[in-house]
Amino acid sequence: MTRAFPATSATSVTATDGGPAVEVRDLVKRYPKRPVNAVDGISFTVGRGEIFGLLGPNGAGKTTTIGVLTTRVKATSGSANVGGVDVVAHPVAARARLAVVPQRVNLDRALTARQNLVFHAAYHGVPVAERNRRADAVLEQFGLADRAKDKVDFYSGGMGQRLLIARAMMHAPEVLFLDEPSTGLDPQARLFVWDRIREMRANGVTIVLTTHDMDEAATLADRVGIMDHGTLLALDTPDALTRSLPGSTTLDLTIAHAAGDSPAAIIGELSAVRGVEQVESVASDQSGGGGMPGGPPPAPAAPQSAPSELRVRLYLTSEAAALIAPVTELLLGRGARLTAISLGEPSLEDVFISLTGRDLR
Amino acid sequence: MPSGSDRSGAGAVRAFGALLWRDVFVTGRELVAFLAQVILQPLFLLFVFGKVLGDLGYTQDNFAQVLLPGVIAFTAFLTALQNVAFPLVIDFSYTKEIEDRLMAPLPTSMVAVEKVVFATLRALIAAVLMFPLGYWVLGEVSITWAAVPAVAMFLVLGALVGAAVGLTLGTLVTASKINLVFAIVLTPLLFTGSTQFPWVSLDDLRWFQVICAVNPLTYVSEGMRAEMLPSLDHIPAWVSGLALLGYLVVFMAIGIKGFLRRAID
Repeated sequence: MTRAFPATSATSVTATDGGPAVEVRDLVKRYPKRPVNAVDGISFTVGRGEIFGLLGPNGAGKTTTIGVLTTRVKATSGSANVGGVDVVAHPVAARARLAVVPQRVNLDRALTARQNLVFHAAYHGVPVAERNRRADAVLEQFGLADRAKDKVDFYSGGMGQRLLIARAMMHAPEVLFLDEPSTGLDPQARLFVWDRIREMRANGVTIVLTTHDMDEAATLADRVGIMDHGTLLALDTPDALTRSLPGSTTLDLTIAHAAGDSPAAIIGELSAVRGVEQVESVASDQSGGGGMPGGPPPAPAAPQSAPSELRVRLYLTSEAAALIAPVTELLLGRGARLTAISLGEPSLEDVFISLTGRDLR
Repeated sequence: MPSGSDRSGAGAVRAFGALLWRDVFVTGRELVAFLAQVILQPLFLLFVFGKVLGDLGYTQDNFAQVLLPGVIAFTAFLTALQNVAFPLVIDFSYTKEIEDRLMAPLPTSMVAVEKVVFATLRALIAAVLMFPLGYWVLGEVSITWAAVPAVAMFLVLGALVGAAVGLTLGTLVTASKINLVFAIVLTPLLFTGSTQFPWVSLDDLRWFQVICAVNPLTYVSEGMRAEMLPSLDHIPAWVSGLALLGYLVVFMAIGIKGFLRRAID
């Protein structure tokens, strides 16, 4: 495993290299005087070098989970290990192995940007020459070199966020926790931060991030855990999660068929194709869109609505693209042809909404 | 802790040193602001009560020398208290700047101890400066070389207790209530701390004497007076010393508990 910087001596405590980067087992956090558990018995592991996303609505328990893993929240029960170190039993050793980028900018405003980095490294026992070298390197990497000597008071929100991530890298952590890293960033800064996150992963750093930004989770994370009410509802790769949403992959077809052919017969035959779960004919004015972003599917219309044109929606159990060939072949066999085709893939948002509901938090 | 306890211990010591160095570094750059902040109030107190009232004939001849040890004690105690309490309230409520230090590889309670140690250093600088300033304003300072070690000990103890009280206040008080709490706490603390009068002379004002006996600042003032003006009636130095040690233990325990409660959910 290569790291952005060599580990400092202070980080090598109770090492059990080779195990998962993060391991959470039956974790429960109950705040006093609250009727329900903030985190209610969740378990998951994050492999080394993985980007893991915790997705959930506000108040789902994401930040509390990160809080436990970063030694700032005391677990009520269960266990949590980071870099092979039990964060409950050995918080000091764990802190040497992890870094946190919080939701809110908490930079040291009495210091310049560069001093923020250098002092952070000093807290973690990085030797003087090395911390100066690293500070210059990350300032360059995060596009802050020309503003290195500015007091952070004068930094914009986006620059502050970048400096927070840069600071987290200063002690070469094994695991980096980012709590909603792109909240409040403009699109450019967001892409920039995503690139830096991927870069860190490429250098062997394990990344755990929380977000309620579907795009961020879908494009950045290797695996996503969806949380709500303190429990983990689903955990898989973004692809597998969207595929798991029952009947949500669709194929919309517009078919020109022979005048004598019966739409009902065509639908019957399409239903028998492997991978097709259900076929509905669709009213002409509703046939446009693919997918079903949370809304109810269009109501089936009477098959006879258009004499020689038929619009149908196929609900699939497998990938839509794979069905184009067999469907085309089938239609050609009946003397019909496809005039329009539209693939509807569900998004992570559909999965999220189907798991967590539509209620406001 | 398993295998790496030595290394982790060394790391904690290094982290503690780095935290302290950060605070010293920032203070060094704001030296003038720091001095103005800690010197002006005691200086004016000394000038008006010790010099002006004396020259106008409103106070007895030796009052200035009764006042000086009290003012030095007050400087040490309150500088330490404020230098812990104010930054903590702001850090925990608004800026959250302390979070990066809480994530340093050392026990969380040591972050609180660092605050106390640093505030004590600042308070000692301020208190020591009051000696030449006192000489400058009053024309004399009553102290013998033999008394210096004991005076130094009372200053250190007084600053430590002040810082510990500051830790307690800073972690108990929320930002929205800071003005109220400091008005309620600081003014009585200042006027019941036997800084402007010897505690023993309050015999005729028994109820006030009892109230003053509760204030830890009284024992700093009395300890300083015991060493600098031994001829004046005073609480025995060992009693003052023990009282301060007792207060130190109690307020450090409450303060660290409060700090841990704010730092870890």
